[in-house]
Amino acid sequence: MRGRGRQAILALVLVLGTAGCGKQSSSPSGSASGVTLTGAGASFPYPLYSKWIAEYAKVAPEARINYQSIGSGGGIQQLKAGTVDFGASDAPLSDEEMKAMPAPIIHLPAAAGAVAVVYSFPNLRGTLRFTGPVLAAIFLGEITRWNDDRIAQLNPGVTTPDLPIAVIHRSDGSGTTHLFTSYLATVSKRWSDKAGLGKSVKWPVGIGAKGNEGVAGMVKQTPGAIGYVELAYAIQNTLSFGAIQSPAGEFVTPSAASVAAATTGAASAMQKDVRVSIVNSAGAGAYPISGFTYLLVYREQKNAAKAEALVGFLKWAMSQGQSYAEDLDYAPLPEAVVALNEDAIQIIAAGSSGAGAG
Amino acid sequence: MSAPAPASASPPDGRRASLQRRSAFGANLADRAFRWGTLAFGASVIALIGFLAAQLVRASHPALKQFGWSFITSAAWDPVHGAFGVLFAIYGTVVTSLLALAFAVPVGLGAALFLAELSPRWLRQPVSFLIELLAAVPSIVYGLWGIFVLVPAIRPVEAWLQARFGFIPLFQGAPYGIGMLAAALVLSVMVLPYITAMSREVLQAVPAAQREAAYALGATRWETIRGPVLRSARSGIVGAVILALGRAVGETMAVTMVIGNRAEIPTSLFSPAYTLASLIANEFAEATGELHISALVGAALVLLVLTIAINAIARLLIWRVTGGVRVAA
Repeated sequence: MRGRGRQAILALVLVLGTAGCGKQSSSPSGSASGVTLTGAGASFPYPLYSKWIAEYAKVAPEARINYQSIGSGGGIQQLKAGTVDFGASDAPLSDEEMKAMPAPIIHLPAAAGAVAVVYSFPNLRGTLRFTGPVLAAIFLGEITRWNDDRIAQLNPGVTTPDLPIAVIHRSDGSGTTHLFTSYLATVSKRWSDKAGLGKSVKWPVGIGAKGNEGVAGMVKQTPGAIGYVELAYAIQNTLSFGAIQSPAGEFVTPSAASVAAATTGAASAMQKDVRVSIVNSAGAGAYPISGFTYLLVYREQKNAAKAEALVGFLKWAMSQGQSYAEDLDYAPLPEAVVALNEDAIQIIAAGSSGAGAG
Repeated sequence: MSAPAPASASPPDGRRASLQRRSAFGANLADRAFRWGTLAFGASVIALIGFLAAQLVRASHPALKQFGWSFITSAAWDPVHGAFGVLFAIYGTVVTSLLALAFAVPVGLGAALFLAELSPRWLRQPVSFLIELLAAVPSIVYGLWGIFVLVPAIRPVEAWLQARFGFIPLFQGAPYGIGMLAAALVLSVMVLPYITAMSREVLQAVPAAQREAAYALGATRWETIRGPVLRSARSGIVGAVILALGRAVGETMAVTMVIGNRAEIPTSLFSPAYTLASLIANEFAEATGELHISALVGAALVLLVLTIAINAIARLLIWRVTGGVRVAA
């Protein structure tokens, strides 16, 4: 028995040894004919980007585009290392992060999306209403039962059950969490002191589930659960989602239209810097938990052929590309923001022609 | 001993000498090539582990330098405020793994004993095959099974336990189903095939003469199994259990899906918790701050050290056990 065990171990060692030796090469793919652009980053806009890439391939078959939704963090790292041609992130880079990049970066808002507050309990009818402070209190663990007065007062005519609230949040770092916590931090001082905003935060209460689909699944099957997911996931999973009170006092449900309402108010502020927050926007009918998702590109492009292809794709994305947003539950950009993007894309084009065929 | 001794030299030397003469240069070269080749493979494994450890130490240096020992003695994990301590994840990893063993060892060992000692011959193969099949199921499938089957099933059990024994801290907290208990149960199913398959092999390797001797002395079947059979197989079984523990400690996907991923040290079995592997899997992709990334690599380093420690303890245990009774095999 000993002998056999040893043989097995030896065999294992040999296999591991060869595997270890073999794992050396993974080279980024170059292109033989035409241009291949690679991008990497956020998973939040991935459905939209993959649609764009598929549609753009019909218009411009000579440019091949490849997008890996490895997460904003990974996308930024890869852009920094120069292994991808464009990055994508839900949260814009901070001034510090911009400085850490080897060359100036341009942010292009690509679309806007919403985070829906989803919940489930037995015999639920209709839409529940929430205010910012009540949501913050729930996620802080201060409101622990569904029949709490603060929820009941907002929802006359709805009898919420005497059930503990099970808070479900994302366990993985995500742009969705960033947007949701930046809303909570905006409306609640206590939230911003205690938890703060970020892609991963220290949640005061709750259970962590992986991915939008994980949160949606867990909310669906846990009685009395509340969570937050990107709007598309709430709709696909037929989850009930709440109406959130806007600063104007209306209760707004998330939709492409209500996100668009949030974006229109932001256009003037974006003249100066596109990295604005449209959370808790004051506009009429604006859904409070809305945000832009960004494409990140270097202002100076090193490779003229790639720059040309990139500019072509970006121009298309800002014009025809926007028409695909609504079907996928994103809000298309308002015209003023599209105009800003077009100016920015001109700068990329100019920069690249100046750089020549480096 | 009874082999007729050749007239001149002792048998091994003589045989080797004649072999060398016959095979000449070619075989010698092949021998040497084989020897150096396998040595290179063996060395590459060591080099790989050394390289891995060096990389982990290098990349986790910023976090380890800033937090020192508090990196493993503190349970405050707050990426927003830049506080990183992984004690909660060490706790979650160790507790869920040990709990999984507590569930899996009795079942796995029982199944192995049945298969090796009691099962009718025709049943042995199909049952062994099915148990070993459990090891081939991908981790993510266990995770999905955990979420959609196990968690809803244990939710009422947890509620019942809480209603009856809620005064015990182990059974307090909201019984959502998701949590340490669910993670330990999923892990126990995942490690079961390792325990069963290896223990069964070990038991079958116990010489039949031992059993016959015990029967001849008038021992019952139970006495035979408990005495000579288990005694001889002890070290092998301990080895199987430790291998299972190693597997449980490193398991990522299935655990992440059912443990609830909460950066706290819970006292209740029902509470969500965290493991080192799921912490890394969850946060690495979106970690942007240098310190955050370095702290996650630090968690990987802790996991590596933990795994090595478990294996070292396993070796010690096996040495001690085999040192006690010397059984001729």
